[in-house]
Amino acid sequence: MLLFNQLQTFLYLALVLFVIGLYGVLARRSLIAILISVELILNAASINFMAFNRFLAPQPAVGQVITLFIMAVAAAEAAIALSIIVAVYRKLKSINVEQATELRG
Amino acid sequence: MILLSALMTPQTAATAAFVMVIGLTIVGALIAVGARNIFHNVLGLCVSLFGVAGIFLFLNSPFVALMEILIYVGAICIAICFAIMLSEPLYLPRPPRNKAKVWGASLGAGAIFVFLGLLLKKTQWTPAAQRSTDWSITTIGHYLLTNYALIFELVSLLLLVAMLGAIVTARGGRGKP
Repeated sequence: MLLFNQLQTFLYLALVLFVIGLYGVLARRSLIAILISVELILNAASINFMAFNRFLAPQPAVGQVITLFIMAVAAAEAAIALSIIVAVYRKLKSINVEQATELRG
Repeated sequence: MILLSALMTPQTAATAAFVMVIGLTIVGALIAVGARNIFHNVLGLCVSLFGVAGIFLFLNSPFVALMEILIYVGAICIAICFAIMLSEPLYLPRPPRNKAKVWGASLGAGAIFVFLGLLLKKTQWTPAAQRSTDWSITTIGHYLLTNYALIFELVSLLLLVAMLGAIVTARGGRGKP
């Protein structure tokens, strides 16, 4: 059985990618680094979709279509997040999430 | 030479390429999360996305692999580079790592890794009874314009709104500093 002909390989790979991204979201403090970690998480989801599409799904074109939608939404999310980062930097002179405490009571 | 060609059957070559692609993905992701310099993070993300594109090739989808490189590496990474240039200068000293936060994050991520890993190990996946063998780009195009036409249009609307929102948010008014 070849390594790339098994569903499990891809699922474990997506799991590793997801956990790395999750660690980044939790541990990093720069907003841009958090955005990069979110991109990793989205890619893990895409790999999962494509793996199920390759090995289980009845219509193998549907998973590809859904992965394309994920990419489009990720692009929109990145555009919004980056513009918010630029606005936050202009306001606070920092993109560290621990400095953004204006709403603290 | 003959020994080498005997060793390199197509299967072993493909497996070697697959292992390399997996290595690219994981090492790139580790750089993207672990490096201290934010610019190295973006480069690691690029490497990782190239690896993911290679994985999509192994999953029989060259079109999606191409789109991955075009959209993620070509658009999102470049946009992140612009945001880095427009925000904090790279020469400023960065605050030291917060030990408690790093340990808490590793603990939380590790717990989720163990949970999902055990779940993956336990689950038995059953493929669909009848599977079509139609992987072509033509079919993807048909799906985009028939079954998924509404989502397709919604995505274009979403991109338009995101673009306008990004412009409005980042500009923040001409007169004010």
